[in-house]
Amino acid sequence: MGTLKEQFWDPVAGFGVTFRTMFRKVVTEQYPFEKFPTAPRFHGRHQLNRWPDGLEKCIGCELCAWACPADAIYVEGDTNTDDGADGSGRFSPGERYGRVYQINYLRCILCGLCIEACPTRALTMTNEYELADTSRESLIYEKSDLLAPLLPGMELPPHPMLLGADEGDYYRGNLHPRKAEEGDA
Amino acid sequence: MTQEIVKSDLVTLTIDGIQVSVPADTLVIRAAEQVGVQIPRFCDHPLLEPVGACRQCLVDIPDAGNGRGFPKPQASCTLPVAEGMVVHTQATSPVAEKAQQGIMEFLLVNHPLDCPVCDKGGECPLQNQAMSNGRGESRFAESGGVKRVYPKPINISAQVLLDRERCVLCARCTRFSEQIAGDPFIELLERGALQQVGIYERQPFDSYFSGNTIQICPVGALTSAAYRFRSRPFDLVSTPSIADLDACGSAIRIDHRRGKVMRRLAGNDPEVNEEWITDKDRFAFLAPRQDDRLTHPQVRDEDTGELRVASWPEAFAVAARGLKDAKKKVGLLPGGRLTAEDAYAWSKFARVVCRTNNIDFRVRPHSAEEAAFLASTVVLGAPGVGAVTYADLESARTVVLAGLEPEDEAGAIFLRLRKANQAHGTRIFSVSAVGTRGLAKTGGQLLPTVPGTEASAISALASDGEVALDAGGLILVGERLAGVPGALSAAAALAATTGARLAWVPRRAGDRGALETGCLPNLLPGGRPVADPGARVDLAAAWGVAGIPDNEGLDTDGILAELRTGGLDALVVGGVDPADVLALGGQSDKLLRKALKKAFVVALEVRSSAFTELADVVFPIAPSTDKAGTYVNWEGRVRSFGKVLDNPASLPDVRVLAGIAEERGRSIGVRTPEQAWAEMVQVGPWEGPRAATPTVVSTGSTDGGANGALVLSSWKQLLDDGRMQDGDDHLRATARRPVVLVNQATFDTLGVPEGDDVTLAGPLGSVRLPVAIGEVADGVVWAPASAPGVSIRHLVGPAGAVVTVEGGAQ
Ligand code: SF4
Ligand code: FES
Repeated sequence: MGTLKEQFWDPVAGFGVTFRTMFRKVVTEQYPFEKFPTAPRFHGRHQLNRWPDGLEKCIGCELCAWACPADAIYVEGDTNTDDGADGSGRFSPGERYGRVYQINYLRCILCGLCIEACPTRALTMTNEYELADTSRESLIYEKSDLLAPLLPGMELPPHPMLLGADEGDYYRGNLHPRKAEEGDA
Repeated sequence: MTQEIVKSDLVTLTIDGIQVSVPADTLVIRAAEQVGVQIPRFCDHPLLEPVGACRQCLVDIPDAGNGRGFPKPQASCTLPVAEGMVVHTQATSPVAEKAQQGIMEFLLVNHPLDCPVCDKGGECPLQNQAMSNGRGESRFAESGGVKRVYPKPINISAQVLLDRERCVLCARCTRFSEQIAGDPFIELLERGALQQVGIYERQPFDSYFSGNTIQICPVGALTSAAYRFRSRPFDLVSTPSIADLDACGSAIRIDHRRGKVMRRLAGNDPEVNEEWITDKDRFAFLAPRQDDRLTHPQVRDEDTGELRVASWPEAFAVAARGLKDAKKKVGLLPGGRLTAEDAYAWSKFARVVCRTNNIDFRVRPHSAEEAAFLASTVVLGAPGVGAVTYADLESARTVVLAGLEPEDEAGAIFLRLRKANQAHGTRIFSVSAVGTRGLAKTGGQLLPTVPGTEASAISALASDGEVALDAGGLILVGERLAGVPGALSAAAALAATTGARLAWVPRRAGDRGALETGCLPNLLPGGRPVADPGARVDLAAAWGVAGIPDNEGLDTDGILAELRTGGLDALVVGGVDPADVLALGGQSDKLLRKALKKAFVVALEVRSSAFTELADVVFPIAPSTDKAGTYVNWEGRVRSFGKVLDNPASLPDVRVLAGIAEERGRSIGVRTPEQAWAEMVQVGPWEGPRAATPTVVSTGSTDGGANGALVLSSWKQLLDDGRMQDGDDHLRATARRPVVLVNQATFDTLGVPEGDDVTLAGPLGSVRLPVAIGEVADGVVWAPASAPGVSIRHLVGPAGAVVTVEGGAQ
């Protein structure tokens, strides 16, 4: 047999906690009905950025793939051509662009080392964290899934460099609409 | 005594406080490697003459061996060691370190630093050494310096691209072209900051060895169109292998990514190809990736008469049934591209399963004399048992070439001959109708010979005072000599009378292996002559079979002839280019086609071809990247290589033949290349008497000369329309432009300017090609046997044919 305290007051104190909590603000998040913004620098899904004229920033250098500790990135480069005769054409300023770009989100640990490795800031991370799906294939994101949307004023590549004479102008931020006499390369 | 000699040869010096003794004339940069110090370098290359162009290898030398030091840092790659020298490298000397960092900073002043888009990135000596021996910061860029820029990249040939901004002016590429390949079409131009590698404006970088410059360029200034932006070093899995496109047995490295070969590089084998390979070895690897690659066995449907996809067991059963119905009336053409293991399986399959000796790997002009020559003189030769080797080429006093154009037909031999000639004036003579650019580059001399008369020309060498062939000499005969009756007999006799050593140089990687494993009508594996009952019994015992067919079989000509007349009912054919067969068949190809349709044909092929279209059963065969194997090169050297890619869609010849054999109820006892090799070792070489050397007397005549008729001299050039080169258009674009080559006297009769089209007409027809003047024997005209788009051997006629050349419009 316990004392009166053990028998009566201790259970009342316990219900006291429950009772008090009923008047507190709830901490439960109503995800997925209500989305809560992440911290601004949260590491979410990747994005392949574009220059203001719509050309891709990715040059297919594979440094992201090289940096990736989980071997989640696969890239194949190719040559930009200005004549476009063979149906290819120009996708990025300079000589090289990423023809194939895949990130496998089953492998990716969202560490962001690829972002640090990217020499052109083509690859950044969004705050998008809803990376779940029902099949393996659908979690391998292709270049088309990762590319940033075209904003107003952007043109879908392939197209010539519209904001500079060469890739140097792009990299140095020396962007200006090309005058007519400069002609299309 | 010996000790003294050894001592006087060695020089002792101190590098970074460590004493080391090295042979006299060693360069300081290499002596430092002995003590484990890597001095940074760009221009230095062990196989090129030192130049001291880049200055990256500066070291401090407080004592040059005479008690006095150099006042300033010295380039260690041009400085030979001296007794008592004291060297301080960057490892111990701040002076050397600062000097090297200064040079690195200079080199980077104008460098574009575009490593992310550069093919060399990740395997670049400039990247690596800038990290290990450079300053972290560039003072040039900080102070607002502006780099000099060039348009990039420019094509210096269809295949090789030059980015002048990246070049560090080490002159490796220009020195390679001048010193090793002998094609000085690339040079350093201009001076100062504008100095650049360049070519003559209208003349592309025209060399069969241009790919080597890409490999030795220490930066990404030279890249290939084939590998441009394909992958990164960390993507690649590298496998050492052996080049499969000629009989040189060159060591290569195959880099693949995700089941696809990305590039091939030269391996380093000082005994064979040193560090160089031909552009064909380097770039012609896309053929197995073409759309016509076979991926399933096929059998001809009895109802529709069309080929349809079949399972492996069904195809084995159909092939076995067809061969059973044909009894012994079977011919086998394995072709010249097999590995030795696969060739062994073919040879055993012919004898044990088909019970015939009708097998011949030669699908080109050949003769019974050649088979006898191979059996008596060539087979079983190998380095170590007296066969001619690359080292022998390098040390020979005199080399006679007959029926062989090394630059086109055996690139590694060409480079060795050139090296020998440059180093100590090896005298090279060519029994040929044409003094080629390749011959001139090896310092060789033409012994003008009208095609067809090679035999008498070779015999005449025995008493030729100028050539003066003796025991220090070598005779290299090419496979083309088989087309000239008596020539191989004459070569063997010449070797016997002069004491010079003789070597046979085929064109294809598998030719020598097929010879050693007995893919000939007169030879069994291990050089056993069919005609020798002892040899047959020996082999039958080793194989555990009742007996080996005792009559000599049919050679390729015989097999084709019997097919035409219905004397053979079945043909097993592998790796054979139908164009070659039809070239042998001449105009009668329609007859042959009909005969092939009628006969039971089993084709073992990598890609579909005219043969697989005609065949009754088709098996997809693994190309050399998809199987392990061995090539035997022209020396007789065994060159084994491993599997690069795993591709279950196709199988090696040995597995396919084993499958057919088992269905037929007669096993060949081996199923894999490894088992085949083990059995080959067990069966071993024949130690009994060899067949006699052929003594065919040359007819020595030629029909040329009469009423303006000329004799055609012709061979296949390195880069041509061959199927193995399919898929790389850049490579094909570097092939030499086909021309009709005549001498001045013939040219004068044509009455057209040089470079104009002329009509070359022969027994098969005529073509129009530009005419060029060259060193050609009187009464002879030369044109390439095969060239992209123009195959003289199909359109005009074989070498030795009588042709006419006419100028003017058609
Ligand atoms: S192109 Fe390459 S090999 Fe040639 S000089 Fe320049 S850095 Fe040297
Ligand atoms: S390596 Fe010595 S000067 Fe270039």
